[in-house]
Amino acid sequence: MTSISEQTVVITNASYGKRMRKLGIRLLKSKTGLVGLLIVLAVSLMAILAPFIAMYDPAKTDVVHRLLPPFWVDGGSMDYPLGTDNLGRDVLSRIIYGSRISLLVGISSVILAGIIGMFFGLVAGFYGKVWDFIIMRTVDSFLAIPNILFMLIILAVLGPSLSTLILVLGGTSWVVYARMVRSETLSVKERDFVRSARAIGAKDYRIITKYILPNVISSFIVIATLNVASTIILEASLSFLGLGIQSPDVSWGLMLSDGRQYIATSWWVATFPGVAITITVLGVIFLGDWLRDILDPKIKD
Amino acid sequence: MLIMNEKEVAESKAVEDKVILKVQNLKKHFDMTKGLIKKTTSKVRAVDGLNFQVYEGETLGIVGESGCGKSTTGQLILGLLDATEGHIYFRDQDIAGMSQQELRKARRDLQVIFQDPYSSLNPRMTVEEIIGEPLVVHGLAKGKSLRQEVVNLMKLVGLGEHQLKRYPHEFSGGQRQRIGIARALALKPKVIVCDEAVSALDVSIQAQILNLLKKLQRELGLTYIFIAHGLPAVRHISNRIGVMYLGRMVELAGRDEIFERPLHPYTHALLDSVPIPDPRFRKEHLLIEGEIPNPSNPPSGCHFHPRCPYATDLCKQKDPAYEEILPNHFVACHYPLLNKNTNVLPS
Repeated sequence: MTSISEQTVVITNASYGKRMRKLGIRLLKSKTGLVGLLIVLAVSLMAILAPFIAMYDPAKTDVVHRLLPPFWVDGGSMDYPLGTDNLGRDVLSRIIYGSRISLLVGISSVILAGIIGMFFGLVAGFYGKVWDFIIMRTVDSFLAIPNILFMLIILAVLGPSLSTLILVLGGTSWVVYARMVRSETLSVKERDFVRSARAIGAKDYRIITKYILPNVISSFIVIATLNVASTIILEASLSFLGLGIQSPDVSWGLMLSDGRQYIATSWWVATFPGVAITITVLGVIFLGDWLRDILDPKIKD
Repeated sequence: MLIMNEKEVAESKAVEDKVILKVQNLKKHFDMTKGLIKKTTSKVRAVDGLNFQVYEGETLGIVGESGCGKSTTGQLILGLLDATEGHIYFRDQDIAGMSQQELRKARRDLQVIFQDPYSSLNPRMTVEEIIGEPLVVHGLAKGKSLRQEVVNLMKLVGLGEHQLKRYPHEFSGGQRQRIGIARALALKPKVIVCDEAVSALDVSIQAQILNLLKKLQRELGLTYIFIAHGLPAVRHISNRIGVMYLGRMVELAGRDEIFERPLHPYTHALLDSVPIPDPRFRKEHLLIEGEIPNPSNPPSGCHFHPRCPYATDLCKQKDPAYEEILPNHFVACHYPLLNKNTNVLPS
């Protein structure tokens, strides 16, 4: 029964290992993807191994050595490679420790927002009608309020702390995921394979988890990765405005904020955390771009 | 003219006893809404009063232009859409009035094969999961027996065991359609709705799939409702053929009867539109002019009258009844082409 033409098409027996190897090759070919991955890996390692890499306690003040310049400038030394801040704290050590909070806040608030947004997006897209109306109007009202203002108000009321910061960042950015997941769900829902799931008698839960979710997850992952970058920036902004991370904890945004007063005389205090933010965000964006390329089903194989 | 040979009579008697599916006055209207408060502005009468029966073990072909409601009919029979009005009896149960719970059980007997083998298989599932899923959903098999059942199904449709772990995108169109057929067969259904099941395939692959469907019908005693717009495929597989126009059945008869003696002008025109490769056999065409009318605003009287070369004032005013004009030959037309030489156009 099976013709030659049909059989010859199926020569690709892509096993799991083969596919992973293909992914690896494609990563090596994509320069930006590789750079992104390396940056993200480096920053993550830095965050995990902070106590071993950092030369000083990031909170230890040493007023005698305050505002020392980086080592290549006159007056600087390798004792403090990137100089010290106004309280004599080592800038490099603070950047290393700051990566912990910046990444923690960036990743966990994206996970929180992703879960909330995924849930409401699926419900709105799949069940439609009243659910869709309620959820999407809520999303609209969230989008109508200036994000930063909203966060500032909540942080001012609840009082700034690491957990409230994550909650606030996650609780306001879920709307992006909800919208995206909803629209993807709407289009996937109309495909024949979802109808075929109904035809075999599958229940809603099965259709959502086995049919809709796996088919919306790739765009979701891409958006989530890119959002890690913008969340790191948001955290920096909130810390800069004084409602984010509080001393003695340290984050890059907070360092920027602290260094602002000394920018004219001691540029390094604010510049290096800024550079750290820029590099990390760029790395994450590169990685996200690459993920979008490989997860796009249209560019399979 | 009303001659029926004995064999035909005997055949029709034999199958008449075993009606497996009965559609009564089936209607499906889609509301067209406008504005924020969802005011209903008009209704699309996708299916508008269908009556027919399907006999056990036969293949009923349903043909018609795009937008005539043939796919909607299929989805109504499968319970994938709620009927606006009417009944669909599978044996003695009315599918149209079933709750979701009851439908889930009824679906073991009613399955579907979709048109596009590229969109009807979940791209994120392996062949094993796709074919085995119906059994998992209904709790009919698991573990080793599930694997065995899936392998059996794959062999039944001409696929090999070594393809278990592959994903749909690794298969060709014809093979994907085989996967879809295996999935539909998993629950051992009685009736399978083939919704344009071969329309998306190459002609050579079409023949393979049609032959596979025929073979399965013989072996498993299946009943097919074969929805298509391609007449050759329908002729190849059907025992009886129904012709739909704007949500209504205009003619229903045995396959050869329809092809040799079409009574409705629309059927006649439809048959005429099939291209004949040999120029020596080309004949004058009865062309249907114009587009299929908007089903939200169908013409008065007989829906076909604006495009019908034989239409009279009666056709504009009165809806023709759908009647059994010849034995087992149903037609909805005021002037069925009973005595006309169907190859000659009216002057």
